[in-house]
Amino acid sequence: MRKSWWKILGVLLLVYTFIAGLLIEVPRNPQLQETIRNLFFHVCMWFGMMILFIVSFVRAIMYLRTNKHIHDIASRQYAGVGILFGVLGYLTGAIWMSYTWIDSNKSIFNSFDTIAREPKLIGAAIALLVYAAYLVLRDSIQDIDKRARISAVYNIFAFAMLFPSIWIIPRLLDSLHPGGSEGNPALDPGSASPNMRLVFYPAIAGWTLIGVWIATLKIRMKILYEQKLSQ
Amino acid sequence: MKKLITIFALILLTFFAKAQDVKMADEMKENGKIYVVIAVILTILAGLILYLIRLDRKISKLEKNK
Repeated sequence: MRKSWWKILGVLLLVYTFIAGLLIEVPRNPQLQETIRNLFFHVCMWFGMMILFIVSFVRAIMYLRTNKHIHDIASRQYAGVGILFGVLGYLTGAIWMSYTWIDSNKSIFNSFDTIAREPKLIGAAIALLVYAAYLVLRDSIQDIDKRARISAVYNIFAFAMLFPSIWIIPRLLDSLHPGGSEGNPALDPGSASPNMRLVFYPAIAGWTLIGVWIATLKIRMKILYEQKLSQ
Repeated sequence: MKKLITIFALILLTFFAKAQDVKMADEMKENGKIYVVIAVILTILAGLILYLIRLDRKISKLEKNK
């Protein structure tokens, strides 16, 4: 019980997010209206994904330094949950944009034509596909040590690809999506209203902790599975 | 010139009107229906968390048994 305080904290933060996220006063933005509350869910998916990918990257380096199998398992599982969060972020983004970005003067098809050119969407898609290739590469190698080493090296490459694809290029280009060339509304204290930040930061922590919890469960399951195989 | 000023004033007026009359779900908050939504999403969250807790316990048991 003492060891699982962070799981309880994560759950409490999420309960707080779900209640306060729907009840607090939010800025009255004519384009977003109530959908601005999606900040506590959609954006937190991406933050969770980035943090999980960072953990996966660190464990990949630790594997290469120590050659301990546990780091390899951990690196793989953190990347897996990170991809899950990324896919959820993409799906929630797709729902959100179809209500706020669609131009009512054009047909849906023509609106989609401009949305599909969004640098943020393309960058996020590239990042997710690079990580998807990580899973494919990993599972295609039979030898355990070779698989661990090659996938750890590829993981470092995939992490390096996050920099141009989601942190640099989308920030340089104009976009409908916030957080482009006009600044960073998620992290700049002057941008989001203080009320929203009150929920936003706990929400990031809560979602990330839940992601880490799922990843640790998967790691423990994988270890049990491999012990069973070696018996 | 007068025309221009009136046009400008009108544009300004519509802008202000738009900024203030942003339609939000105020009614939902007033009649308390927003709590129904919160109850539903909290139930889903509770279900998912309970699932995770059960999974955690099961794995702990397996780890002890070996």
